[in-house]
Amino acid sequence: MTIQLTHFSAAFVFALFASIVFGITHRETTRDMLRYGLYCFAMFLGGVLLAGWAMWFIRR
Amino acid sequence: MANSTTAKTKPAAAPAQPASVMSIIAPAVGWLVPGAGHIVQRRWVRGALLFVSIGTLFVLGLMMQGHIYKANGGDILDILGFIGDLGAGGMYITTLAMNWGQGAIAFAVADYGTKFMIVAGLLNFIAVADAYHIAIGKKQ
Repeated sequence: MTIQLTHFSAAFVFALFASIVFGITHRETTRDMLRYGLYCFAMFLGGVLLAGWAMWFIRR
Repeated sequence: MANSTTAKTKPAAAPAQPASVMSIIAPAVGWLVPGAGHIVQRRWVRGALLFVSIGTLFVLGLMMQGHIYKANGGDILDILGFIGDLGAGGMYITTLAMNWGQGAIAFAVADYGTKFMIVAGLLNFIAVADAYHIAIGKKQ
């Protein structure tokens, strides 16, 4: 069984699961874990979008 | 005088923790099955989340036809890929035993799959370290 993810959906899935692991392992309390996980997720996806737009401008 | 200055600036040393059985079992079990190191220490939710996150990344990588690295002494990137994959523990052993992940990378998404599996292994190394810290009482 094979699947074909788009570039963005692959980045989304990666960001989601990596952020969960970072949140759990890098903070002590549940609240801090949640906040740090959300922060990592936002940074991952924000970085993807920023890099995407940067490449779009470079290409033009 | 010098002693009192040193005592003020130096942080108090943490008391030495005796090596418990759990400090050996939790990392070992956590390496074999992602999240199991937390589950054996009754951190049910954290263990389940780690299992789902790391397991899904690894399985998705396989389904995207990613490549799995075997032990090798060649290119440095191949060696690093092997070390990353090795972190997935039981999933990596099963994948090798079933001869999965051996296809050539023919398209970009398959390369993402390869990276997914390496990252899953590296994340499991972090989870193993976390399980160890819980076992020795450094983290709750």
